[in-house]
Amino acid sequence: MAIDTRESIGAEHSGDASPPASGRRRPGWLGPHAGRALVGAVAGYAVGHWIGNVIASGYINVQGSGQNDVAIVLGLSIGVLGWLAGAGMLDYPLAKVVGREPLPPTPSKSWTRYFGPALDHKIIGLQYTFVVLLFFFTGGLMAMGIRTELLNPTNHVFGPGTYIALVGEHGTIMMMMASSIVIGPLGNWLVPLMIGSRRMAFPRVESFSLWIFAAGYLVILSALPLGGFPTGWTGYAPLQTQATGGMDSYLVGFAVIGIGMICAGFNLLATIINYRAPGMSWGRVPIFVWSILATAALLTLATPTLVAAGLFGVLDRTAQTAFFVNEHGGSSYLWQNLFWFFGHPEVYIMALPGFGIVAEIFPVFTRKPLFGYRIAAAGMIGVALLSFFVWQHHLFQSGINPDMRPLFMLTTELISIPTGFIFLNTMGTLWKAKIRYEVPMLFALAMGFNFLIGGISGVFLSDVPVDVTVHGSFFVLAHFHYTIMGGLVFAFFAGLYYWLPKMTGTTMNKRLGKWHFWTMFIFFNLTFFPLFLVGLLGQPRRVFEYAQNLQALNDFSSVSAFLLGASFLIFIANFVWSVFIDPKPSPANPWNSLGLEWQTPVPLPAYNFARIPVVLADPYHYGRGDSQPVADLGPRTLVLSGAVPPDPSIGSEPDAASGQPGATDPRPPIA
Amino acid sequence: MSQGTETHHFRRMIAIWVVLSAALDLVFYFVVGPHVPPGAMTSSAGGAQFDFNVLFLIAFPVMLAVWVYWAYALIVWRGSRAGADEPEGGPKARGHLGIQIGWIATTTVIVIGVFVFGTVELVAPAGAGGGEGPSPIWTPTSHDVLPVQVIAQQWEFTYRYPTFGGFETSQLMIPDDTTIAFHVTSVDVIHSFWAYQLGVKADANPSEDNVAYTTTKQLGGFTVRCSELCGLWHGAMYDYGRVLPKSQFFVWAQSTERQNAANTKDLPPFAYTYVPDANGANGGLYPDNVDQYSKVEQYGATNPSQ
Repeated sequence: MAIDTRESIGAEHSGDASPPASGRRRPGWLGPHAGRALVGAVAGYAVGHWIGNVIASGYINVQGSGQNDVAIVLGLSIGVLGWLAGAGMLDYPLAKVVGREPLPPTPSKSWTRYFGPALDHKIIGLQYTFVVLLFFFTGGLMAMGIRTELLNPTNHVFGPGTYIALVGEHGTIMMMMASSIVIGPLGNWLVPLMIGSRRMAFPRVESFSLWIFAAGYLVILSALPLGGFPTGWTGYAPLQTQATGGMDSYLVGFAVIGIGMICAGFNLLATIINYRAPGMSWGRVPIFVWSILATAALLTLATPTLVAAGLFGVLDRTAQTAFFVNEHGGSSYLWQNLFWFFGHPEVYIMALPGFGIVAEIFPVFTRKPLFGYRIAAAGMIGVALLSFFVWQHHLFQSGINPDMRPLFMLTTELISIPTGFIFLNTMGTLWKAKIRYEVPMLFALAMGFNFLIGGISGVFLSDVPVDVTVHGSFFVLAHFHYTIMGGLVFAFFAGLYYWLPKMTGTTMNKRLGKWHFWTMFIFFNLTFFPLFLVGLLGQPRRVFEYAQNLQALNDFSSVSAFLLGASFLIFIANFVWSVFIDPKPSPANPWNSLGLEWQTPVPLPAYNFARIPVVLADPYHYGRGDSQPVADLGPRTLVLSGAVPPDPSIGSEPDAASGQPGATDPRPPIA
Repeated sequence: MSQGTETHHFRRMIAIWVVLSAALDLVFYFVVGPHVPPGAMTSSAGGAQFDFNVLFLIAFPVMLAVWVYWAYALIVWRGSRAGADEPEGGPKARGHLGIQIGWIATTTVIVIGVFVFGTVELVAPAGAGGGEGPSPIWTPTSHDVLPVQVIAQQWEFTYRYPTFGGFETSQLMIPDDTTIAFHVTSVDVIHSFWAYQLGVKADANPSEDNVAYTTTKQLGGFTVRCSELCGLWHGAMYDYGRVLPKSQFFVWAQSTERQNAANTKDLPPFAYTYVPDANGANGGLYPDNVDQYSKVEQYGATNPSQ
């Protein structure tokens, strides 16, 4: 492998930074952290809002309207800048610009380092976990609100305005969350470990992507005090152009999240392509890393369209351009096309990491190699490529050029072929296996169950004549909740239960984990399966009033949804108890996995690997008559330089397969 | 020995799968099938019902193939069973060329089959009730097409009947046994005209004439809902229509034309799309692109057979 491992050694991690030689130091509370970021955001919003009022108060569309979109957009944008400055994201580039040596990160070993900028991918991964769960539970509470309103077809808990604001917020927050739920926490935490690297390619960009993602949370929530937005998460123009101030939060929020997604995506791409350890050839890369690679490519290539579309929307609303206004030469179809050109790859951004997790977990709990490794990787790349050619199936009934519809029906149905490979892989792996029903495996199995329903219902939607009935109905809603929540979120919890012992060094309670699994699985299906019927029986999406005869099904779904919400309380209790209150140290390799990430010492040093490992095999050598160590964790210098081929028998005191490697490696890290 | 047990497992799975699939398909086709939405009130609704049935009949065996296999594996190969030993590893467990090629071939055949079926079912019944845009390429064979314009706005539908002097009404009445061309347009944001029991759905875009065809087969009432989020009162944007016997329809249409004559004069002349008054303030509407799209019907030239 022609990989210069010297590059991998210079991992910059705050924990090991020596105090600066100069006298330029500042007290900890003045340093960059979340509190300072919040102050920066508020100050930035105030400044931006003031500037907007100064420059735009004379505009005709502002006078007497009671709302100044220029002020809101500038307030939010400069607020985000203030947030980033407060989080210390601008320190390094600004210092470089003025030619000064940047202040080193404040050395800290305490818990406070999780609330500030970090350069260690493991800290950033845990920060991502926290922010993503914040998104998820906020959006989940809003879903409870939606289901409360739908308890009765005609009596209302909320007014239509509050209801439509809740629907929009729920959808947007969940989509933002789902785009990063695996890439952010697990992708950032695990990819360097899985490919044998000490760091990510661009640690500062990684930190930036986290902090701008967190800023997106505040921006999208700012829509609520501004009156919400009436368009749902799809933001269709011209309703978008007509909407009040909350719409600006949606547009700026999606642009902000989009920038974070692009940064996270290309950072992972660069890391996976360039930072693989010697011997980590493409045929040995863990399948989870393949899925992250495909997802990162989608993030990098599809998201710019969203940012551009958001900018057009902002210009329509502030500078009175007419990108989406038919009467002035624009087109209401332009937003639909731009949005779904991003939006459909986004759907696979929310599916592929789930496939990766499931394919990664199955071999461990069946004690068998992954069946069809190559076809799994090829399937993920195939899905990623095809996903750019299906977006107009969202516009089947919109009045697009009619002969486009068979074409997009074909591409949409073709994508089910590579998507189906995940079932081939899992079914092949189950054949004559020795299946252990641990919590991660249960979640992975449930993902397969749910995703099959979601995927098959997707074929119904892709069929244009059938789509005439189900388009825009609750059938669609049930379909994508089955794929995103039933697929991705179940896979995320599979991954979280599986890797949390590695990430936190503590064990989650197994019994509570199983309780969480069964309640979540049962009530998820009871919540969303009836909604297929509700859609088939004629209930459109996003309505607050519906036909009397659908009340029983809706109520059944609502009550199940409340219980589904309650199932997460079990998870939160388990998580808080076993990570913070009564942490029980986890064994180094609790699942007896061959994955390279499990061969690292506990607790994991900031530099991950004492020596850059030499990878000898893919991590799926389970089963009788096949016991190959996955990597040599203490390779000799000659091996690294390529002078001699790696030999498993040399320096193999950290026996990779035994699960106790390198933990007691006395050798110091390469400095 | 291993070869023997392998075929033994496989045969059992196939047997369970065949029995379950056949049972489920038969029960579905005969018990549920005739009641599958959206019913058979029109040609497009009946077509959609047929398509739903066909897709379900394909989907059940596919889903059962996965589920039967999983259930079998989860029970038979659970690690906690007596005598569970380490499974066989090595190249044989890592992939099997024949199985992989067979899998890809099978899924490809199913997908291409579904695609060909869907395309035929879209093209043959003139767009299957979906919006085909301003220049439909799949048109009905009947020459007696009744055009009905659907004008969506926040938050109601109104209907214009160009064959009857272009009167506008909030009642949607259509004759039985007639091919209807719905011309769907909007004067503000995007809506979607979903006549549920008719099996018709077409988005209403401003400055766009979206045409959907269907042929009525049964008398009765139907529901119209907006199925594209259009703002605050989207949930309350619904309506009911009726399929009337032809004679009743003409009585209704002609009397409404007479009653509304004074109002019709104040309306903008019938057009396929309308744009808001450039001055905006009084909400008036101008016809837009009056002569742009007239390939399909010469409105008013022929009435549906009376």
